[in-house]
Amino acid sequence: MAEGKQMLTRRAFLGAGARGACVLGLGGAAAALLARQASKGDAVWQIDPDKCTACGNCANYCVLRPSAAKCVHAFPMCGYCERCFGYFDPQATDFHSGAENQLCPSGAIQRAFVEEPYYQYTIDERLCIACGKCVKGCRTFGNGSLILQIRHDRCVNCNECSIAAACPADAVRRVPAAQPHILPANCPKEPPDKKGKPS
Amino acid sequence: MTFLRRAIAVPLLACALAGAAPAEERFPPPQFETAYQRPRTTAPWPRADWREYVDLAMLVSTLTLASYLALRARRRGGMFALMLFCLAYFGFYRQGCVCPIGAIQNVSRGIADGGFVVPVTVVAFFCLPLAFTLLFGRTFCAGVCPLGAIQDLVILKPLKVPAWVEHSLGLLAWVYLGGAVLLAAAGSAFIICRYDPFVGLFRLSAEWTMLVMGGSLLLVGAFVPRPYCRFLCPYGALLRVTSLLSRRHATVTPDECIRCRLCEDSCPFGAILKPTEPLAPHAGLQGKRLLAGLILLLPVLAAGGAWLGGLASGAMSRADYTVLLADRVRLDQAGLVQGDDQYINAFRVMKLTPGELYDLSRGVQDRFRRWGRVFGGFLGVVIGLKLLRLSVRRTRQDYAPNRSTCLSCGRCFAYCPIERKRRGTPCGRTNA
Repeated sequence: MAEGKQMLTRRAFLGAGARGACVLGLGGAAAALLARQASKGDAVWQIDPDKCTACGNCANYCVLRPSAAKCVHAFPMCGYCERCFGYFDPQATDFHSGAENQLCPSGAIQRAFVEEPYYQYTIDERLCIACGKCVKGCRTFGNGSLILQIRHDRCVNCNECSIAAACPADAVRRVPAAQPHILPANCPKEPPDKKGKPS
Repeated sequence: MTFLRRAIAVPLLACALAGAAPAEERFPPPQFETAYQRPRTTAPWPRADWREYVDLAMLVSTLTLASYLALRARRRGGMFALMLFCLAYFGFYRQGCVCPIGAIQNVSRGIADGGFVVPVTVVAFFCLPLAFTLLFGRTFCAGVCPLGAIQDLVILKPLKVPAWVEHSLGLLAWVYLGGAVLLAAAGSAFIICRYDPFVGLFRLSAEWTMLVMGGSLLLVGAFVPRPYCRFLCPYGALLRVTSLLSRRHATVTPDECIRCRLCEDSCPFGAILKPTEPLAPHAGLQGKRLLAGLILLLPVLAAGGAWLGGLASGAMSRADYTVLLADRVRLDQAGLVQGDDQYINAFRVMKLTPGELYDLSRGVQDRFRRWGRVFGGFLGVVIGLKLLRLSVRRTRQDYAPNRSTCLSCGRCFAYCPIERKRRGTPCGRTNA
C-alpha cells in the first residue's frame, strides 16, 4: 500500500458509502413526510366536548398550573338562564351570587343581569382551573353550553399532551391549527368575527 | 319563566344516572326584550406559524456555529456560551418543545400513519442534527441541545465509569428508542415526552414525579456527567451511529499527537481513546475466533430478542388507550371495579358494546405482538453488533476521541500542548 495515502482506503470507501446511505434514507423519509403533509399545516391539541365526560383530569394533569384547559361558554347554545346549573350548586337554597351558592370552586363564572329573568354568564379565564364542575352541572340539567377547551394562548403545545394521556374518554386529539376549536356538534354556527376568522 | 318550571320538573335522579349524557337544548333561546346581544364565544388563536420558522433558523445557525466552534475555532469558551444561549432559548424560552429527541416519535407516527400531521419544522428538527452529525460529529449535543446543556452545567466531580458499565448502560438508549418508536408508530403514547426528565425545569412547572426524575438525574450528573445523554437519550443512540460515520470530527490536538498523555483524563465522559498496546502473540487468532463466534451468535440473539419482545408486548400494549379501557371494562363486567371509575363512566357514553371494545383491543394487541417481536429482534441485533464492535481491534497510535461517544464539547482542547502553542499560551492560562 505504498500509494495508500492517495488511494481511497477500503475503510474510507465503506464509511462514505454508509454515510451516503444515511443521507439518502434521511432525505427520503423527510421528502416522503413533507410531500404527503405539506398542505395540512400545523396541529394543536383540543378537547372534543362531545366526548368529554368532565371528569376533572384537565385541572390536574396539564403541565401548566393552572391548566391550559379552561371552561368556555359556547354562547350560541345558551348563556341566559336565571338559574344556571353550571353556576349554582345543586344544593343552593338561595339564588344569589354568594360564594356558598356557587358551584365553581374558584368563583370564575361571572353572573350579570341582562333583563328579567335572564342573566349572562361569562368565564373569567384567569380564575378558571378547568375542574369541569360547571360543565357537568350544565350538561346534566341545562343546555350543555359550558364546555372545556384548551386555550391556545396558554397551551405550550407539548408533543404529548399530558391531558390527552390522562383523559379517560380519549376526548383530546390533535386538530389543524387553522381550526383550533371544537364546539359541540349541536352548537349553532356563529357568524365570523370582525377579523374574518371563522369560529 | 316557563323554562324554570321545566327545569324543576326534570327528574333529577334520571339525569344523575345518565351522568355525562350528550348535551341537548333543554332551554331554547328566548326573545330578549332589550337589545341584548349574546357575546361571542372566546377563541384565542395558536401562536403564528412564522415563529416556528424562527426556531428553525435558530436551529440551523446554532448548529453551524457549534460545528464551527468545535472543528475550526476550537474554543471551549465559545461552545459554553453557545450552550448557555441554547439552554435559554430552546430550553427556557421555547420550553423544550419541539426538540429533535421528541421529533423521533412524530416522524415514526407520520411514517406509520398517513393521516398524522408532521409539520415541516418537526421534520427539520429531526433531520438537521442528524445531517450535521453525519458531517461534523455530535456538535448538536455539545452546543445546541438544552437537555445536554442543563446536565453540563451541574458537572461537579466527574467519576470514571468502568467501560463495561458504560457499554451496558449505553444499550438502554436503544431499548428506549425502540420502545418509543413502537409506541409512537402504534399511536399509543409518546413516551419520550412523557418521561422527559428536564422539560419540567424548563417550564418551571411539572408533576412531582417529573421533578424527582429530573432532580435525581442532575444529582447523579454531578458525578457521572450527562447521564441522560450517555445512557438514556434515544436520539443520542442515533447520533452515536451517525457520528461514527461522520465526514469530519473534532480532534483532541490541532496537529500531530505527541502522546504526552496530558489529555488522558480531561474528558469527563471518558470519550478519549488511548493508543493501543502492542498485540500479545496468538491474540490475533483468538480474536478472529471470538469474532466468528459472535457473528454466529447474532441470529441467536435476534431470535431470542424477538421471542422476549413477543412476551413483553402484552405489557407494552397497556400503554394504548383502547387496551387500557378494555381491561377496565373487563374488570367492571366481572364486578371488580368498585365506586366511581372515570374510565367506566366514559365507556358508558361511548355507544360501544363491551364485545366490540374487546375486539378492538384484541386487534391492537395483535399488532403489538407482531411489532413487539420486531422490536425485540432489533434489540438482539443491537446487542450483537455492540459485542462485535467491542471485539474488533483497531490499532491506534494517537490519543483520539471516540467518535461515537465524543460530544465535541471541546473540553480537551486546552489540555493539548500543541493547541496551547497554536494559541500562543504555552503555559499558565488553561481556559478558553
